[in-house]
Amino acid sequence: MSVKLTTRQVGDVTVIDATGRITLGEGASTFRDAIRDLATKGEKKLLVNLSDVSYIDSSGIGEMVSGFTTVTNHGGQLKLLGLSKRVKDLLQITKLYTVFEVFEDEAAAVRSFA
Amino acid sequence: MAERDILLDSTLDSVEIAEDAVLQDAQEIGFREEELHQIGMAVRETMVNAVVHGNRYNSRKKVHLSVMKGHDRLTVVIADEGEGFDLNALPNPLAEENLLRQSGRGLLLIQAFVDEFQVRRGQPGGTEVRMVKYLAKAS
Repeated sequence: MSVKLTTRQVGDVTVIDATGRITLGEGASTFRDAIRDLATKGEKKLLVNLSDVSYIDSSGIGEMVSGFTTVTNHGGQLKLLGLSKRVKDLLQITKLYTVFEVFEDEAAAVRSFA
Repeated sequence: MAERDILLDSTLDSVEIAEDAVLQDAQEIGFREEELHQIGMAVRETMVNAVVHGNRYNSRKKVHLSVMKGHDRLTVVIADEGEGFDLNALPNPLAEENLLRQSGRGLLLIQAFVDEFQVRRGQPGGTEVRMVKYLAKAS
């Protein structure tokens, strides 16, 4: 199963709920297209909910970094919510904990954009 | 040590086939869920490198997968038929200036997830990656 993305608004924050796998191929490209689309539309507060993401490979991580850069270049912010231990480990190994703001709690994450 | 060899096409489907085959052997040896995840990830990243960067999806080139089951370890060798690369010439993905690069983290993850990792020039060409994962000793 590839990744399925649904978006919802919480105040002025766009929450992207991801389900499945973000890996090389369809999963990574779906993620890339969705983030670019939102950034191009002018969405500036993006919260990616990874609670139901079972697997991310280096391509998926690359797309998250690329999404972060795209949103930042459009004057916005991209933050992460609900990382599994495995995804946390990946961010530790790759030192991307120093790049991404990561939250356990959605309400706290939404408040952080204010 | 039981061994099996599989010849794979240079497609992304082969990544799944290789991951499934290695995980089956790893399970038989007795690796647990978290270690299986790590082995699967290391195989996936190595296969992607072989298919995408090594063979460049060339339908005339193959990826050679060997899996060896030992009583306390799993050894996986993945070789492509590409041009080869210099490990030392790759940018360090952990360097501050490289953190926001989109790619270049695969080898870092592989090395984090296996106990032994070697890259060498294959015979007659290409790149051969050898990985070993040991069963954790019961405490």
